[in-house]
Amino acid sequence: MEVPILKQGHFLIATIQAALSDDDLVQLRTALVHQVVRFRSFGVIVDVTAMDVLDSFASRTLVAISKMIRLRGADTVIVGIQPEVAFAMVQLGLTFEDIPTALDLEEGLAYLQQRFANAAD
Amino acid sequence: MSEEVQVPIASDMDVVRARQEGRALALRLGFSVSDATLIATAISELSRNIVSYARTGSVLMRSIREAGRTGMLILAADAGPGIADVPLALRDGFSSSGGLGLGLPGVRRLMDEFEIESAAGAGTRVTVRKWLP
Repeated sequence: MEVPILKQGHFLIATIQAALSDDDLVQLRTALVHQVVRFRSFGVIVDVTAMDVLDSFASRTLVAISKMIRLRGADTVIVGIQPEVAFAMVQLGLTFEDIPTALDLEEGLAYLQQRFANAAD
Repeated sequence: MSEEVQVPIASDMDVVRARQEGRALALRLGFSVSDATLIATAISELSRNIVSYARTGSVLMRSIREAGRTGMLILAADAGPGIADVPLALRDGFSSSGGLGLGLPGVRRLMDEFEIESAAGAGTRVTVRKWLP
């Protein structure tokens, strides 16, 4: 299942709408890195509200997305991690390293807008 | 009255299917959403190991009853290359596929009971259980 990526001003919003397979996650990674270049985006929000599970592969892929996008000079925010998913991730020993996270899309946008207050109009 | 679901594992799509079936069974057995997520996460890790190391295998999930308590058992089995050094694979931080090395120790933490049978060339069978609180 392909993840729709919405362009909103200087930001890209990828909203995961169902449980994703490993291949879907890798496709999302490729699509986001290309679109950040194409649209010269400053920030990316990945909304994982619909993810039933964030296991080691999903976490590793999200960290990779953030690092690749960082190399393009843009920031990634992960939003919408469900409480029970967060609990399972901690039990499993997974972290998002230093990727910023926010409660939901609104908070994620607020974070990016503040960060790029001068660059964004 | 035992419920049983078996999911053959042959691709990353099956990993998603196995964990969704597992979550549904856990919820039917009366586990909380939080515990069902822990169980689904463990199933995701175990079935991905099958795809990554053995290519094919199966995940069996069923309700269990013992001494008046109810739980769920998951058996992830494959006939792949097996694990030569099981204690090493159970140590945090060890991985032979460039992963985080959190697979098996992580699964062990998510569940109440964990057993593994494996030897080089003899496939791998991981059995885990979680009991209703």
